[in-house]
Amino acid sequence: MTSPRTTLGRPKSSTPKAPTGIIGFDEITGGGLPRGRTTLLVGGPGSGKTVFALQFLAHGAECKEPGIFVAFEETADRIITNVEGFGGALGDLRRKNLYFMDAKPTPDLVQSGDFDLTGMIAALDAQMKTMKAGRIAFDALDIVLALLPDATARRREVFRLHEWLSGRGITSLITAKAERGTSRGDQPFGFMQFMVDCAVTLNHSVVMGVSQRNIRVQKYRGSGFDENESPFLIGSRGVEVARALGRVDAEITDERVSSGVKRLDTMLEGGYYRGASVLITGFPGTAKTTLSGAFAEAACQRGERTMFVSFDSDGNEVIRNLASVGIKLDRFVKSGVLQVISARTITGSAETYLVRIKTLSTEHKARCLVIDPVSTLSKSGNELTAHSVAERLIDWSKAAGITLVCTSLLDEIASQSEGGSPLQISTLADTWIHLNYLVQAGERNRGMSIIKSRGTAHSNQVRELILSDAGVTLADIYTAGGEVLMGTLRWEKESAERLATEVGEVAGKLKRVRLDAEEAELEVRLKSLQVELEAKQVEKALLVRTTATRERELSGGRSRMRELRGGDATKTPEVTTQ
Amino acid sequence: MLKFRLYVAGGTSNSMQAIANFKVICAQHLSDRYELEIVDVIREPERALADGILMTPTLVKIAPAPITRIIGTLSQAHATTLHALGLEAHVA
Repeated sequence: MTSPRTTLGRPKSSTPKAPTGIIGFDEITGGGLPRGRTTLLVGGPGSGKTVFALQFLAHGAECKEPGIFVAFEETADRIITNVEGFGGALGDLRRKNLYFMDAKPTPDLVQSGDFDLTGMIAALDAQMKTMKAGRIAFDALDIVLALLPDATARRREVFRLHEWLSGRGITSLITAKAERGTSRGDQPFGFMQFMVDCAVTLNHSVVMGVSQRNIRVQKYRGSGFDENESPFLIGSRGVEVARALGRVDAEITDERVSSGVKRLDTMLEGGYYRGASVLITGFPGTAKTTLSGAFAEAACQRGERTMFVSFDSDGNEVIRNLASVGIKLDRFVKSGVLQVISARTITGSAETYLVRIKTLSTEHKARCLVIDPVSTLSKSGNELTAHSVAERLIDWSKAAGITLVCTSLLDEIASQSEGGSPLQISTLADTWIHLNYLVQAGERNRGMSIIKSRGTAHSNQVRELILSDAGVTLADIYTAGGEVLMGTLRWEKESAERLATEVGEVAGKLKRVRLDAEEAELEVRLKSLQVELEAKQVEKALLVRTTATRERELSGGRSRMRELRGGDATKTPEVTTQ
Repeated sequence: MLKFRLYVAGGTSNSMQAIANFKVICAQHLSDRYELEIVDVIREPERALADGILMTPTLVKIAPAPITRIIGTLSQAHATTLHALGLEAHVA
């Protein structure tokens, strides 16, 4: 499902555009240069003006718009030779429908008095009609303007040229040098800025030893454009402008991809989202690479093309190191599913890295991408651009539907707490996993927690990350008295608990036996007492009976005795029964 | 014999001035020892293209060698112009 996103502050334009074919530039201008109108491209030496102009023409030629290149600074032949190394549209200019005019003033040229450019315009007009040219580029017009005696003449000639270009309705590009330190008004093209319909500036600066190139659209009549400076670089296909943010809507899916660690998938309720960007932060040695390696392995096992970019070590080293924890990637490298790139070989600015990564992963048709660590982007000299590069990396991978796992190194000194990553991409990442050390009782153990995971319920538990030759596993940790137990302490705690359970069980059993015994004893006693009672009862009955008999006997005996004695004897009422 | 070609752009003022100035130079220094061809680049743009003429007016000395070019109205001091064309020797 796609969500419609409205772009802010970008009026729809009706101005027809002539695409330049320059990656990113057509996006920031909403389609390219104004068709049938004049654009001024200003830049310092080596800022890429000529390459830009050539790309504009070469792309035109590919779109059935033949072009004319007027070279004021170098001979046409040299220019063509210079760009032969480039790929893409610049590849073979000689075979394209392009006309190169050598307009370089010869060094022995003598000037006497005023002159004008009517000759050139007449010549170009003829050539344009012959080849039905749709595009024209004047490279370094300032060279010829400098020959004119005064500002008035320069103005007049530029006006003449502009009039002709407008009249013919040809899409034109004029490049001119910008001198550092001179104010705009002093420059021969100062007034041109006002005359043309579109003005673009190229900047080339060196920040802390790293080259940074920026492009900026200054004006664009009748069209909205991106007013900010956009970084660009001169890559293998010529000028490539880093696309600004928020231009592409990503396909959103509910599909989950495994993180490579079973319990982590459970913690995330099924794994990462397809196309999500995952950030793994941690101090050195907290197993960031291992965790991202596990992801790569899982992706390869699903048969998805994967690219692993390592800034830290050589590709083979990465594979060997990961093999030691049971993550076997070499088979996937052999089968071609996985490509491991050592980015140490790439030199240059953060922009260069981004473009290289984009190109390589596009070539590899990667569905899963690992960048380890992405924080390298912000190394010396790139601090300013790295954040925007990282942002665009995430944007691009989203738009391409690539599941991106980046690791980011945290400075141990900077923050022991779960601080933000240096690139501040933690806010952009969909899932943020933090790895930490816990130093306790003389050992370091790795702890893992999910700080955030957009759109998924996720566990709030800290887990211990255990690396073994069988792979990566997660274990519960123990919290006791507010302290987290890991490693040996956790093991101790576990065994202590096991013991305690056993002891408890035995004690319980013992008690039952004892109670059984007591019960039995009481039963026995009860029985014997009953028997005794019976005996007593019998005895008592016997006694009663005996007594009665004896009394009967006695009273019977006395009457008899009385009878025998006769009645003289005194009455003896009581005779003891002895 | 000296051979010249003067490229002009129709009736523009720079071109008119150049023709006038060159005729003065010739009249003063070269008398009749020269040939002059005037090419109007507006009428014959193919020639301008083929000869690499971008700025008008342009005066080209074709013979004797070396071929020299001078652009502009030829309005500066005659000495400069003559020197540039290598004509000092021809000046009577």
